[in-house]
This record gives sequence, C-alpha cells and structure tokens, in this order.
Amino acid sequence: MADIALQPRIAKRQIREATTWDQIKTNRNWLGFWFMMPAMGFLIFFLAYPLGLGVWLSLTDAKIGRPGHYIGVENYAWLWDDSIFWLSVFNTLLYTFIASVIKFAVGLYLALLLNENMPFKAILRALVLIPFIVPTVLSALAFWWIFDSQFSIISWSLKHMGLITQNINFLGDSTWARICVIFANIWRGVPFVAITLLAGLQTVQPSLYEAATLDGASRWELFRHITYPLLTPIIAVVMTFSVLFTFTDFQLIWAMTRGGPVNATHLMATLSYQRAIIAGQLGEGAAISSAMIPFLLAAIMVSWFGLQRRKWQQGENND
Amino acid sequence: MHDFTRRSLLQGGTALAAAGALTGPALLDFAKAWAQASPWKAEPGAKLTVMRWKRFVPAEDDAFNAMVAAFKAATGTEMNVFSESLEDVQPKASVAANTGSGIDLAWGPFTLPQLFPTKVLKMNDVADYLGKKYGGWTDAAANTCKQGNDWLGIPPATIGVYMTYRKSALDKAGFKEFPTDFPGFLAMCKALKANNTPAGFPLGHATGDANGWLHWVLWGHDAWTVDKDDKVIINSPETAKALEYCKALSDTFIPGTASWNDSSNNKAYLSGDLYCTNNGISIYVAAKDDPKMKDLADDTYHALYPVGPIGKPTELQLVVPILAFNFTKYPNAAKAFVAFMLEKENYDKWLLGARGYLTHTLNAYDSSPVWAADPKNQVFSQASKRALPASGIGKVGEKAAGALADYIVVDMFANFCTGAKDARTAMSEAERQLKRIYR
Repeated sequence: MADIALQPRIAKRQIREATTWDQIKTNRNWLGFWFMMPAMGFLIFFLAYPLGLGVWLSLTDAKIGRPGHYIGVENYAWLWDDSIFWLSVFNTLLYTFIASVIKFAVGLYLALLLNENMPFKAILRALVLIPFIVPTVLSALAFWWIFDSQFSIISWSLKHMGLITQNINFLGDSTWARICVIFANIWRGVPFVAITLLAGLQTVQPSLYEAATLDGASRWELFRHITYPLLTPIIAVVMTFSVLFTFTDFQLIWAMTRGGPVNATHLMATLSYQRAIIAGQLGEGAAISSAMIPFLLAAIMVSWFGLQRRKWQQGENND
Repeated sequence: MHDFTRRSLLQGGTALAAAGALTGPALLDFAKAWAQASPWKAEPGAKLTVMRWKRFVPAEDDAFNAMVAAFKAATGTEMNVFSESLEDVQPKASVAANTGSGIDLAWGPFTLPQLFPTKVLKMNDVADYLGKKYGGWTDAAANTCKQGNDWLGIPPATIGVYMTYRKSALDKAGFKEFPTDFPGFLAMCKALKANNTPAGFPLGHATGDANGWLHWVLWGHDAWTVDKDDKVIINSPETAKALEYCKALSDTFIPGTASWNDSSNNKAYLSGDLYCTNNGISIYVAAKDDPKMKDLADDTYHALYPVGPIGKPTELQLVVPILAFNFTKYPNAAKAFVAFMLEKENYDKWLLGARGYLTHTLNAYDSSPVWAADPKNQVFSQASKRALPASGIGKVGEKAAGALADYIVVDMFANFCTGAKDARTAMSEAERQLKRIYR
C-alpha cells in the first residue's frame, strides 16, 4: 500500500476555463457551416451574384459595350408605360396559366393510367418521358415546321382530306400563334408532371384502396377521397416547378416564333433578351427580367406556405 | 452554270482570267509580295481569332478560307476563323467587347462597330489606303463605319437585297417590265394577286428582308425615324401615308407574312408558292444549283427597288463591316489582314465565289467579273451605291443600331397591316420607343 502518489508519466493536463475558441471548435453548427461552404459558394457565384447583378443593372442605363450610370427606377418607370412590356406580361401570364392547367390535368390523367398494372408498363412509362428529354430547340424547330403558314403538314393533310381549302395561318395569326406555342409547351411539359405524379401515386398504400373498396367506394370516390388528398404535397411541388419553368420559358418561344407575330407570343424572358442583347439596352432588358421576380416569388410563396399546412403535408384536414 | 455552252465557258474563262484570279501557288506568291510591301507588318508570332458570319454560299466560304490560308503563309500569322449565324455575331461580339478578350476581329451585321465605339481599333489608315487605291468608298458603307472622321471598322461588302420575281407571273399580269415607281408597284402586286400568283414580303422579325423593304417604303415616302439632328420625327403625315401604302400592299400578299423570318420567303419562293419578294441573290443561286428547279431559275429575274414619291432611291442594304478590338495583342496583323482582304487579287475571286451575294463597297470594283458572269447578277452591283445608311438621314451610331435591332419600324408596319393597331397608335408607340432610344 503505497501512500506515495505516483508521478504520472504524462503531465496532468491543466484544467482551465473553456475558451470561446474551444466552444466553437466543437460546436457542430460551426462544423456544419464549413461543410456547407462549397455548395453555398457555388450557389452564390452562379445564382445569387447574377441575380443581384441583374437587379443592379436594371437600375442603370448600361448598354452592351459600355457600363452605365445609376438612374434609379427610370427603366421601370418607362416600362410602366410601355404597351409591349404589358403585352409580354399578359402573354406570359396567359401562357403560364393555360399551359399549367392543361399540363396538370393531362399529367394527372396520364399518371393514373400509367399506374395501372398492364403489359409493357415499364416501356410505356419510358416512352411517355421522351418529349421531355428531346432537346427543346429540336422539338421547337419541328413544331415550327409543323405550324408553318405555308408548309404545315396539318394544313396539307386537312386539304387532302378536303376539309379546308386554304392553308391555316398558324404562326402568322396572333391567336393561332399563341395556341401553337401553348400546345408545344404542353407537349413538352406533360411528361414531367406525369412521371412525378406517377411516383407519388406509387406511394399510396394499396391497403387504403382495398379498405375503401370493401366499404363500397366507387372509382371516383376512391380518387376523390384517397388518391387526391394523399397526392396533394406532390402536386404542390411539381406544379410549383412546372409554373416556374413555364413562366421563364425562353427556348421554345424563341425557336418557334421569336416573339412574333407582332409580339403576340413575346414572353417577358424573350422580350428581355431582345431588348438587352440584340438591341443592346442591357439596363432595360434587366428591368424586364427583374420584373418577373414578384410573380415568381408569389408562386413560390403559395407553394411554400401551402406546404406548411398539415393538410398539404399529410393529406388530412388541418385540425 | 445553268447552261454549259461554249459561250458560257468562254465567258467564265475570260472573266476568271480578267480577274487575274490566282489559285494555289500564284496566290501565295502574291500574298508574300504583298506582305513585303504592306504598310502593316504583322507582329512576329501573331495569332488572330476571327469571328465571321456563317456563309450563305459555300463557294464564298471556300474563297475566303483560301485567302486566310495565303495570308497565314505569307505573314506567319496564326489564323483561327470561326463562323456564327449572322444574328448571333452581334451578341457574341458584345460579350467579347465587354469582357475584353476572346476575339480579335469580328465581322458581322450592319452597325456592329457603332455599338461599341470605345472598344475598337481605329482603321483610318487602312480606309485611306484602300479608298485611294480603289476609287473611293460608297457613301452608305463609309457612313456606317465612321464616327466623325474616324473609321471604327472597314466595310468589305454589302449584302445586296433586291426584288426577285418570276417573269412569267409578271407577263401574265400584263407588265412587260418591273415597275419603277410606287403606284406601279402596287398595281403590279394587285394584278399578281388577282391571277393567284401572289407576292409576299416579310412582316415578321426578319433582320435583313423585313428591315430592308419596310425602310424602303418608309423612306420612299420621305418619312424618317429621326432627322439629321437625331430628333424623332416618325409621327408624321408622311409616315401615315407610308402605312396606308404598306397596308394596301400587304392585302395582296400571300398569307402568313407576319410570321416570316429571313428564310421564310426563300422557302416559299423556291417551292413555287411565291412569285415576287425581296431577298439576296441566294434564291436565284439556290434555283440555279438545283437541276430540278431549272425552269424556276430561268423564270427568275431581279429588279431594283422602285423609287418612291421622294424622287430618289431610298434603299436599306446590309453592310457587313469588319472591326478589330483595341484589346487585340496584334493590331498590325489585324489591319494587314483587313487590307489584304480587299486587294484586287483576293477580292475579285471572293466576289465570284459569293456569286453575287455580296456587293463591293469600293468603286473600282464596278468592273469586277462577277457582275458580267451572269447578266441577272447585274442588278445587285448597284446595292452599295443606291443604299442609304441604316439611320436614314440621322446620325449613324449605337442609337440607330439599337432602333433597328429592336424592330421598331418593322413592328409599326406589322401592327398596322395586321390590324392589331390603328395608324395613330402604331406611330405613337414607335415614337415613344424611338424617343427612349434616342434620349
């Protein structure tokens, strides 16, 4: 029994107060922040900075080839009175609304169909995705030919069948041109909605359907009371994306009509490009594209607040 | 050649010989001699990146590349030439101008140099040298490239756009010759429509063709976007007359012209649906090259734009200027190349390769062999002389360039002709937009 305290070989570590640095070093949030830095850097450089620069440019009279001076909201004030700008806003809202509604309806219907157990369902699901995968410009060019005022295959076929005598002026008439671009957008966008909703449909438990069927529910009641409520969160997400993509659509319009005829299919994105890059008025073009922000924010807010509600999250009543 | 007879062979042969067209080693010898004597000596180890508009006629591109190769061999300059579609040249040149790197020489649509006057290399010496040697520059081309007395770029050529029509349709309508004034032209279009052989001119955003004919109609009525002091004067009784005239014309057109871009009238004409339009010589060349379209090619003729009530030619023809950026590391090489392009030994051959698509901007080339090679080319030789600069009577500059690029005049006419807006609204909208640009 040695009372002698043995000298420890390693010096005993001094007990001291934890410094701030110690606290930070072991703080998980600090570490997490540093892990997040690369992704954040990427987002800041490639998303936040161009967005901020765009808004800044809209407050200047910058032109291509020379920097501009700060002029405040003069660009916006001028755009407020510009009928072509308001026409593009109207076109964008019309285009987005009609295309999104129809895409949702057709997409949901397709998803329900594809959810059925049928032969070759894997191949069919892949085929349905093709319009979305084909590069936009290619499909736009194809539609451009299909809807050409002189050479449309549709006009030709109808003439051969004897149903019409003159070519239909698809892309030369304002209303027809709008219908054509909306149709092309729907053709392109339906697969995205359909496949995403299909994925959502697959998560619905079959036992719910069985229980409801045993209780005597009809197909419509099955849809109305089981499928649709459970699908609501997915619908919220997919429609937000769909609306965002449609609102900011550029390629399809540019390749098909360049915004014509007489600016009837000019969206805010295409008008912004024409004013900023082609006509060289960077400030004004930036103002047009910055003017899209309130609309897009509204769409996101609807979706975001909607997703907070339990009903949207879990498909039940909010109680 | 559409008709390979001994006569045409002799004509072609003499034309080539007269051009002193050089190929292969001969071209190289000339190039070397030229490089020795040239006032601009390329810097040693020079590298030039040249962006040009994508050729419309393959033979033109071949002739151009032969010239580039000769220049490279003679001066030792590395040449990197790439093509962009004509409407993409301006945005890409703008990016280079803004970032200060990427391209040394940019060759593109009309008022390119005026869009960034502070970023280009002044070409006064090259312009003086070429002007003195070759009989002086045509007015419109010179004005397009100049700012005050400085040359911001050099205009190697104009893309001539003129009336292209089918003679059989005109004969059937009772016209022996193409009309030379506005009332005659309108009467002809009405007669063409009555015979179901309609004319058609683009009312959509066709950079070359729509701007071309609509400015011709506007200026022919003595109506202008701005006056010589750049004050906006589009809202005027003369413009209203021009609008009425245009509406009367467009009522005789084949349907669909409001959606036309630059290639739409080519397609319609070559498919036999369209009997009169305005275009570069490319329609005729395409018909000549296709043996199945021999009848169409034989029936196709060209004519000058009729003269309006103003009493003199008021045509808008696309100059394609070439400019060098002042941040290029090899300014002498750049200037040497531009001067080399326009020397007779190169230029005649190049014009022949373009087959009439390009018109000279130096007066001495009036006798260039391309105009004699096919009599139907003759009309296009007038393009540079009869043209007005893109700004009309206003100052050439970035504002005129912006106004043209935003299709203000085209939209004004299209709005009125399609019935989307009445004359007063169309004019005041155009006025408002022009005031914005010219503020």
